[in-house]
Amino acid sequence: MAERRENKKKGAAKAGAKAEAAGTAAGAGAVPARLAVRKTYKLYLGGAFPRSESGRSYPVASADGTHLANASLASRKDARDAVGAARKAFGGWSGRTAYNRGQILYRVAEVMEGRREQFAARLVDARGLSRAEADRTVSTAVDRWVYYAGWTDKFAQVLGGANPVSGPFYNHSAPEPTGVVAVFAPQDAPLLGLTSVIAPVIATGNTAVVVTSEKAPLAAIDLAEVLATSDLPGGVVNLLTGKAAEIGPHLASHADVNALDLTGAGTSAVEFEKAAADTLTRVLRPGPEAEGGEDAWFDADPGTSRMTPFLETKTVWHPVGV
Amino acid sequence: MIFEYAPAPESRSVVSLRETYDLFIDGEFTPARSGEYLTTLNPADEEKLAQVAVAAPEDVDRAVAAARRAYDTVWSRMSGAERGKYLFRIARIIQERSRELAVLESMDNGKPIKETRDVDLPLVAAHFFYYAGWADKLSHAGLGPDPRPLGVAAQVIPWNFPLLMLAWKIAPALATGNTVVLKPAETTPLTALVFAQICQEADLPPGVVNILTGAGETGRALVQHPGTDKVAFTGSTEVGRQIARAVAGTDKRVTLELGGKGANIVYDDAALDQAVEGVVSGIFFNQGHVCCAGSRLLVQESIAEEFLPRLKERISKLRLGDPLDKNTDIGAINSAAQLERVRELTATADEENVERWSPACELPERGYWFAPTVLTGVSQAHRVAREEIFGPVLSVLTFRTPEEAVTKANNTPYGLSAGVWTEKGSRMLWTAERLRAGVIWSNTFNKFDPTSPFGGYKESGYGREGGRHGLEAYLG
Repeated sequence: MAERRENKKKGAAKAGAKAEAAGTAAGAGAVPARLAVRKTYKLYLGGAFPRSESGRSYPVASADGTHLANASLASRKDARDAVGAARKAFGGWSGRTAYNRGQILYRVAEVMEGRREQFAARLVDARGLSRAEADRTVSTAVDRWVYYAGWTDKFAQVLGGANPVSGPFYNHSAPEPTGVVAVFAPQDAPLLGLTSVIAPVIATGNTAVVVTSEKAPLAAIDLAEVLATSDLPGGVVNLLTGKAAEIGPHLASHADVNALDLTGAGTSAVEFEKAAADTLTRVLRPGPEAEGGEDAWFDADPGTSRMTPFLETKTVWHPVGV
Repeated sequence: MIFEYAPAPESRSVVSLRETYDLFIDGEFTPARSGEYLTTLNPADEEKLAQVAVAAPEDVDRAVAAARRAYDTVWSRMSGAERGKYLFRIARIIQERSRELAVLESMDNGKPIKETRDVDLPLVAAHFFYYAGWADKLSHAGLGPDPRPLGVAAQVIPWNFPLLMLAWKIAPALATGNTVVLKPAETTPLTALVFAQICQEADLPPGVVNILTGAGETGRALVQHPGTDKVAFTGSTEVGRQIARAVAGTDKRVTLELGGKGANIVYDDAALDQAVEGVVSGIFFNQGHVCCAGSRLLVQESIAEEFLPRLKERISKLRLGDPLDKNTDIGAINSAAQLERVRELTATADEENVERWSPACELPERGYWFAPTVLTGVSQAHRVAREEIFGPVLSVLTFRTPEEAVTKANNTPYGLSAGVWTEKGSRMLWTAERLRAGVIWSNTFNKFDPTSPFGGYKESGYGREGGRHGLEAYLG
């Protein structure tokens, strides 16, 4: 899209689908100087970008209905593969030092900052935001990665500590990641909302299987490209584009999923919570921001509320003596 | 030299049992609308102790309504400092009446007086004392500047530590400004009913604590009651699943403390005498009726031949018998039904060709008894290595490397507790870091304290009880 805009006079193009459509119409009949190379949107799974094993895709349209691209329509098997990849990555990622995780999350912010233009254009397309709103959303999303990069080596001190037991024992509690978290990303907040639900999950050492916004999944795959080039090990974040109602039941009942973030699960949330009960999977129910757009996620200090639901407290005792 | 032990029974005279006990609703004892009673027995001799009312659904309605009224009109409006003073007062009365409660607990539950007197009751009092001090300091708990109570809590507790589980549920709920409706276990309701009397003695406002006795049906009606804001349950994983399903789609908060199959890892460099003591108390404390019991011994292969005979020798010295005898180490199995479950699961070991050993041990003729049992040659596939037996039965497995120990320890859907025995600090910490369990006891086992958070990973449930963490379950 960006390349195609270059065909037109500098400054005349407005980023977005309308501009592309207009450009195409204006250029009808003319031989383009160069044909733009479009992106094939695939899944992000185990650090690679495979198509859905089902071979299915679905059309994604802009806020005003213009066709933007075809996204992969993830299947039940893709969901299972994603859980496998996330489980495989869990030991390594949770075993990284907190400092190292912080640096990698900060690196995500750095790489994302360099692609501001792309993300902003994507939001204008997908959500029909003004360019200024889109810029503000991207800035906040980048800053959110910085925010959680700073949390990686602090939440254990804030949430854990020494317990003064009544006896000659050293006793200490510390939070640990619960494991694989299936995240249903908010439907109407495809970039900042998505970032806001992924970052706290992985900052604490969990790995994630994310079902993206069904109607606006493209920003998620752009974000995957950022994650893939930020030293985040493959499998720590796995992104499935498609329908929460279709793949959600398989994630909710999967015995190797430790927790669910139901933010974007919509009307399926109750069904998923029930399915989760079978293996006592932890559940974060949809909060007040779930139904909102990107602007519902602007709070610059979300605190620990999206980290604690995916943490376990481990308490270690040891006798004191000579 | 062999010392003979003369019987040293604790006197029952400190306990005055009523013939029947009614429900405790809105500060008064009141008959159940069902008109039904169940009998609670002494599992050590099968003698009837008392008749206890069975709460019907309309009794649950009454109790929840009383709790709501007390929440709205009194408890949520009272200053934290004053709430705390009620809890301090309750802690003191429990200390004053601790011998009576210990004897009653041993009679109703079957656990040795040594344990009720030295473990259960001191912890019960300490738990109330600890949370009493939190009541006016909640804004410092790291849960926001003005954390609010949830409202009415429905609480269901098991029979293995009847009064201690009551304390774990009621103390944090009240300290945070919630009111409660609590159902004690069908087989061990008596100390909860004495606790109700203590609430009266402490002048606790009516309705703040309501105690409903009954069986599974009463518990189901309580946890499904639409008028509560919170469900706290300790018990089986199966019932935990049902509760998690039942609250889906509601705004209720839930904490679940469920089953376990704890591993107790003994490395080759462990202090063996201490490890033997720890393994014994890990599984035989409270007849193994402990969700966090170290029911799987993982001993390093190189010392297994030396360790097991020492373990068996120590087990042969355990004294099984009258729970009220001060020398008793192992008391009665809590109920006929539980005895049946222990027998049934242990019998699968025979079918699966696991070697079974028990010391020469005379079981009393009356009552529910099961000799301490060690199963060797157990593999991870055996049922006795996978399922919670909840009795005095230890499954022994071996390992060669630390990695194998951790893998085997974590190879369970549960994740409540684990033990590590080694003299090497770095190895202890390495192991503790990798064990997926909520409580790790290193070079000790089965230690509890009100300041120390307790609760599980995975299918052992969610939420923590005890410590600052325990407040989170009752604040919004």
